[in-house]
Amino acid sequence: MNTKRELTCIVCPIGCSLVAELCDGKVVSVTGNTCPRGKVYAETECVAPMRTITTTVKCKNGEMLPVKTATPIPKEKMAEAMEIINKANPDLPISVGDVIIESVFGSKIVAAKNLD
Amino acid sequence: MKDLVIIGGGPAGMSAAVAAYESGIRDILILERDNALGGILQQCIHNGFGLHKFGEELTGPEYAWRYEKKVRELGIPFELNTMVLDISEDKVITATSAEKGVFQIQARAVILAMGCRERAKGALNIAGARPAGIYSAGTAQKLVNMKGYMPGKKVVILGSGDIGLIMARRMTLEGAKVEAVCELMPYSGGLARNIEQCLNDFDIPLKLSHTVVKIHGKKRVEGVTIAKVDENRRPIPETMEFIECDTLLLSVGLIPENELSKCAGVDLDRITSGAVVDQDRQTSCEGVFACGNVLHVHDLVDFVSEEAEIAGKSAAAYINGVKGEKISVSLRTDGKIRYTVPQTITECKDISVYFRVADVYRNVKINVYSGDELIFSKKRPKVAPGEMESIKLACDKFKDASELMFKLEEV
Ligand SMILES: Cc1cc2nc3c(=O)[nH]c(=O)nc-3n(C[C@H](O)[C@H](O)[C@H](O)COP(=O)(O)OP(=O)(O)OC[C@H]3O[C@@H](n4cnc5c(N)ncnc54)[C@H](O)[C@@H]3O)c2cc1C
Ligand code: SF4
Repeated sequence: MNTKRELTCIVCPIGCSLVAELCDGKVVSVTGNTCPRGKVYAETECVAPMRTITTTVKCKNGEMLPVKTATPIPKEKMAEAMEIINKANPDLPISVGDVIIESVFGSKIVAAKNLD
Repeated sequence: MKDLVIIGGGPAGMSAAVAAYESGIRDILILERDNALGGILQQCIHNGFGLHKFGEELTGPEYAWRYEKKVRELGIPFELNTMVLDISEDKVITATSAEKGVFQIQARAVILAMGCRERAKGALNIAGARPAGIYSAGTAQKLVNMKGYMPGKKVVILGSGDIGLIMARRMTLEGAKVEAVCELMPYSGGLARNIEQCLNDFDIPLKLSHTVVKIHGKKRVEGVTIAKVDENRRPIPETMEFIECDTLLLSVGLIPENELSKCAGVDLDRITSGAVVDQDRQTSCEGVFACGNVLHVHDLVDFVSEEAEIAGKSAAAYINGVKGEKISVSLRTDGKIRYTVPQTITECKDISVYFRVADVYRNVKINVYSGDELIFSKKRPKVAPGEMESIKLACDKFKDASELMFKLEEV
């Protein structure tokens, strides 16, 4: 049986309203997307939603360092990922792009700011 | 004497400086009151910046760094911890820093890039005492992201602009429970993607046409009473509901920071609260330019950079005495379109016009008239106050006009 799911594309600020048609848990069609990225988004969102996390970690000197997942991680792992990331306590100096944690649910955690 | 002084080292100030440098100006100085370049982006650690400009999604600090790096590579001078106090009509800038005390600089051209501040109202007409635990969303953002301090554990947010939405997610990720986001209007002022990824992802209810009518607690916030509002935005008593919380965040909008512009005698637009500018982002004071959030509030930093590049290039042209063909056109709006930037056109060149609408409208045309003649038309399935629109106009369409009328009309 085919079911329909309404989604808001979160890939860019335009935020297109998408409709994904599913058959046996697989996406068979996507409408409403202005660009191809919307289709890809709907396909993963219906099957295995992924999110980027942006947060901060406290450095040894007490300063807060903004960090992010280099690639999106499974949406349902966000809370667990936060617990792992919050334990990091890096040393300075740090440059944009430095790896703070090697792997959290498949993604590196990287620095988003220079601190010296 | 300096050729160009830029006030504010946020994305607008930095982009303007780089553009002016690339147009041949070398004698530039950026004055920034904070202890780092980057402006508000430093506390905006979420991603969503730079898709237009760099084709990738950056966090605020990463976007700022791209520009800071350029400023440093080009060797453009900047002074931090330096607060500008006054700009006179003849472009004498008075500033103060711990190092130099109070000092003055005569500039040939000035670019205003002071950004915006949060509106304070909105909190004023809520009943109850003013206990601890009430923060503006931007202040809370600074506390959490820069100081590592969580303002509370159970949160209600009033206002659904992007900062409020972003903070709902941020505080949830850090372990707080966000009970609700209340929005007075029947629609959210924030981006659809932020409603999805900041509220829906965490099952945070968005209560449209709702407001906070009372704050409970004497020393610390103990809860709020919220209510639905009618079409006239008056609370409906039967719908009142108590929500227990220890923190109330107010996200009720931003307003350009124009105290300095007033000193310089720059004409301000009643609607944008920013300067009235021409296509070059030159204000009513010759040689004084404005760009970024000080001119009108932007939701996308990419447009801030674009606007700042125009201001930087134009300031360079002004300093070098380059002049184009003069014309005089004023841009007017029908009310459904609230304002345009620029508000005037003084030189014959192709331009982009940015504007915002007053309400959510579906299936409309953006029409531009010169007298009775329709010179531009573009269909839009949906326009909303939270999303800035822009159109391009070719010079040959308006060079003989004295006034252009911007209208939103049904398809
Ligand atoms: C909370 C928040 C979230 C946002 N989220 C997004 C997003 O997801 N995506 C996106 O693209 N955009 C986003 N934006 C918008 C974007 O960040 C802003 O539009 C942009 O940063 C504005 O740049 P600016 O340079 O005009 O102002 P600012 O960044 O505010 O910079 C102004 C600078 O001027 C300095 N200054 C002010 N007065 C003086 C003075 N008297 N003397 C010396 N210096 C002074 C200030 O210290 C500051 O550094 C967000 C904005 C906010 C506030
Ligand atoms: S479909 Fe394309 S244009 Fe629409 S929101 Fe997604 S990425 Fe943006």
